[in-house]
Amino acid sequence: MAVRLWRDLRTIKWSAWLGWQMESNWTNPFLFLLYSIIKPIFATFILVFMFVIITGGVEQDPTLFSYMFIGNAFYMFVAQVMFGVAYIVQEDRERFKTLKQVYIAPMSFYLYIVGRALSKMAITALAVVITLVFGIVVLGVDVDMLKVDWPLFISAMVIGLMCITMIGVALSGITFLTARHSSGINEGIAGLFYLFCGVVYPLSVLPSWGQTIGMALPITYWLELLRRTLAPLMDFEGISGLEEFTDIEILMFLAITTAMFYAVSLAIFGYADHLARKKGKLDMNSTY
Amino acid sequence: MSDLVLNLRAIKGRAYPRAVGGLREPSWMFFDIFLPLLGIAAFIYYYRSLGAPEVYEGYVVIGGAMTAYWLNVLWSMATQFYWEKETGNLELYMMAPMSKMSVLAGMALGGMFLTSVRAISTIVLGIFIFDVRMSFSSPWLLVLAFLLTLLALYGLGMLFSSLYMLWGRGAWHLSNLMQEPIYLVSGFYFPVRELGFYVGIAASIIPMTLGLDSMRQLLFGDEANGLLPVWAELAVLTMLAVAFITAARYALRYMEFLGKREGRLVLRWQ
Repeated sequence: MAVRLWRDLRTIKWSAWLGWQMESNWTNPFLFLLYSIIKPIFATFILVFMFVIITGGVEQDPTLFSYMFIGNAFYMFVAQVMFGVAYIVQEDRERFKTLKQVYIAPMSFYLYIVGRALSKMAITALAVVITLVFGIVVLGVDVDMLKVDWPLFISAMVIGLMCITMIGVALSGITFLTARHSSGINEGIAGLFYLFCGVVYPLSVLPSWGQTIGMALPITYWLELLRRTLAPLMDFEGISGLEEFTDIEILMFLAITTAMFYAVSLAIFGYADHLARKKGKLDMNSTY
Repeated sequence: MSDLVLNLRAIKGRAYPRAVGGLREPSWMFFDIFLPLLGIAAFIYYYRSLGAPEVYEGYVVIGGAMTAYWLNVLWSMATQFYWEKETGNLELYMMAPMSKMSVLAGMALGGMFLTSVRAISTIVLGIFIFDVRMSFSSPWLLVLAFLLTLLALYGLGMLFSSLYMLWGRGAWHLSNLMQEPIYLVSGFYFPVRELGFYVGIAASIIPMTLGLDSMRQLLFGDEANGLLPVWAELAVLTMLAVAFITAARYALRYMEFLGKREGRLVLRWQ
């Protein structure tokens, strides 16, 4: 048991290191940093401009603005990590042609992908922090570091990131079966969370069936908890559509839905893996 | 065989796998058509939460549909020669007797076909689901604006493609970098004039900026808050198309020469 645990931890450690090297060693650290943060920050700017164009300024509705800004900042983890993890299989298979070698190595391929996700998480964390600091200092997003509920924030972060990684691994399993250009699936799943989880607008804006879907997704609870813990003085509960639940209840919902998604992730990955081997798609190469 | 026939056959040959490749697995069409709509729907609900006028929902639908073309230009045109190098096809293209421009033209045509399926379905579904109202009062002008946008856009893709031919992984990262910043400055989700007249003019170097602006003016009238009159935007798009395609031709020739001289045409995984 201990030997297996040690081996699994070693798999995660070295695949994270490999992921970091693959992500970053194509250029110098400054350029790499610039490339890593520009994309997500501009994604946030789009929403900020939309907000300013319609409302006339951040000060017109600071609660809604902070709601949008914090949600979008942390959604970077969903977009970057989940999408990035889903791309790992394609990258190893078709770009570097190393999937076969990695696959037959004496380790869990599932954990290999989890390890690769860690490096993406580290890079995304930097972009999230920079975006939040910009929002707090320049745009007046109301986060006071002294009032943050850190234990709850850290608990939510850990569970949420685990959840995002698991969904990413499930998507990477599906990628076993799809060609290089079919990134629409990953893009679409990310869009699903963006649409239904109250990332940039309150859940109550959605039609009732949309709210029901949102309530079944862990990202909804994750983002709600992060907002509440980071800016406890803001009345997010009043607009989010989750006002009837306490912080602890939301943490419980997050943990329960994450556990359910873990089971689904394992099942999807296992089935896709089996199907890919059966259909001979593990080494598929879509050259067109 | 005359050069013209050879090049036309090359265009057809390169376009064919793209068109057929897209239809090879029909279930993927579902994902390509419906899933991108989710992101567009999210922007529409965001506008609704802000209390935006209805016309902004139309901007999102048009911008979202055109996103497909920009992504296609970045990932299936610009980075394509880099990708061909990685997969070992580039040297085969170099050895074949046709013009490399015809390979790029074939890629563009095949890509346009595949992308149009996604873009048209996005617009149709957007109109029906979100009840977006558009006015098709000048359909021929709209078609002209659309075609000129595509011509200039894929011309830019051809130019990028030749530049990317020599690059390593930086090419991939650059394409990645050119998504959200271009969505912002080209006004994919709001009229580009809202960013300021001079920012809009500067962003017009990307054909999508004027293409989107002219199509919005034709579809939504005065509400579109256009950057320039439609005729001026079409004239600039024509100039951009000619300039990009001409530049691509020279850049391709120069980069091929440079690649051969420096031995980088077949250098993989750099």
